[in-house]
Amino acid sequence: MAQFLSSVPELMDAGLRGSRLPRGRALALRLAAIVAFLVLWSLLSGAVVVLKLFNPIFLPGPWLVLGSVLDMAVRGPLWIHLAATLERVAMGFGAGAALGVALGLAAGHLTPVRNVVEPLVEVLRPIPPLALLPMFIVWVGIGEASKIGFITYATFFPIFLTTVTGVRQIDPLLVRAAQSLGARGVALFTRVILPAALPDILTGLRLGVALAFFVIVISEFIGAEHGLGYLINDGRNFFLVPQMLGAAVVLGLLGYAGNGLVRLLERRLTRWQHPA
Amino acid sequence: MMARGPKIQIQRVAKSFGAPGRAMPALEEIDLDVAEREFVCLLGPSGCGKSTLLNIVAGFLVPTTGTVLVDGRPVSGPAPERGVVFQEYALFPWLTVTGNVEFGPLLQSRPAADRRRTVDRYLDLVGLSAHADKFPVQLSGGMKQRVAIARALANNPAVILMDEPFGALDAQTREVLQDELSRIQRVEHKTILFVTHSIREAVYLADRVVVMTSVPGRIKQVFPIKLPEVRDRFAHEFTRYESDITRVLREEVAKVRA
Repeated sequence: MAQFLSSVPELMDAGLRGSRLPRGRALALRLAAIVAFLVLWSLLSGAVVVLKLFNPIFLPGPWLVLGSVLDMAVRGPLWIHLAATLERVAMGFGAGAALGVALGLAAGHLTPVRNVVEPLVEVLRPIPPLALLPMFIVWVGIGEASKIGFITYATFFPIFLTTVTGVRQIDPLLVRAAQSLGARGVALFTRVILPAALPDILTGLRLGVALAFFVIVISEFIGAEHGLGYLINDGRNFFLVPQMLGAAVVLGLLGYAGNGLVRLLERRLTRWQHPA
Repeated sequence: MMARGPKIQIQRVAKSFGAPGRAMPALEEIDLDVAEREFVCLLGPSGCGKSTLLNIVAGFLVPTTGTVLVDGRPVSGPAPERGVVFQEYALFPWLTVTGNVEFGPLLQSRPAADRRRTVDRYLDLVGLSAHADKFPVQLSGGMKQRVAIARALANNPAVILMDEPFGALDAQTREVLQDELSRIQRVEHKTILFVTHSIREAVYLADRVVVMTSVPGRIKQVFPIKLPEVRDRFAHEFTRYESDITRVLREEVAKVRA
């Protein structure tokens, strides 16, 4: 791929870095690793059957798991559970992100707000969110509200903290430059502080998405009738190991997609950091 | 109307840093006027408070005593009437070259066609039209500083304050940009207050060179530079100004060492 290099520093930079690993080779390596993992898994579950190490029901091969997922997809229940989980994550994460970014921007920018909010966050943050799940259920009940509220609570912290960091790390020179160009109040905020803090905010969103999928499963173990977490718990009750693993794999794929979505957003919004 | 007064009036400005009682004076009783369209260089040993004075005029620092007037109005904080060019460029990294130059006009809500014209004009003036869509990370130091100068000019400020703008550049780029700035000033005729520690740079650019003492900064001597607009760094007259100013400045540098 030809690259346009317009200045000596750019040329030197390219020279020092060397040409990058070809894209095709990198992709092949990644796929090979996944295939190797599946092969190893198949061999292991095969060995359990052949050598009669333990009841093979404990370790079904990848094809059985895949079959269980396909079966649920064809019969329909997979989509109901998937939709239930996605809806909770979307609402909980959406609220957590909105709250975390809004409060983070305010606390990062305004010292009085920071002095009020930060100590509370510092006290609550070290408590693992899962430790508070029973409290959520006691207060809000086992319905949707407690599940969504719980995700909101858990995702708030990383998003709030990275947003505060992002705002506080802004180069004061940029703020001075903007003020000398006439930026004040809201304009200073939307045109300088927000874009300058955006890379950190996006990092917080990525952490938040991962955490949302992390905590939703456990809250779906308790008092849920739908959701991928419910599927896992249901599988445990009825000893349907392929269903348990299948739901876990689907959750993994969802988390991966969620992360990818935020990364895509990151690349679009912060193209200025690595322009082509 | 009365005859117009000086563009910038610095009146008995002093600044000390630190807690009262143990405050360290940085500037002492500075009085300086800059006329409209005049290019004044503040020159002094490092740490003499020349950047402090510029930051006070910019409105980033509040003087301990005294006032600064621009167009007769007292300075109270940064404002678009006083454009600033920083040594570290301070470009907005998330905006393209165009976006940076357009920043001021956009805040004034000027119509798009008008903004377009302004951006084109100043990018052309600093010779960066071909790089309008690049981001700051893609530019060399010299190019970044040209963008910063275009950005300040595009906002049409009453005065431009430049804080060692070429201090981070290599010697060759530095001279190229001095040539550019001298050429731009012949077109734009701005009122400029320029901080530098390079005697050559000061003699090359300024209508008046203000030499400051070592800390606490005071005005030691003012040199009006009576040279043609287009200057030759090797002309006899030029080098004589250089050596005259060097002699005065050397005493101050020696004081810092002592």
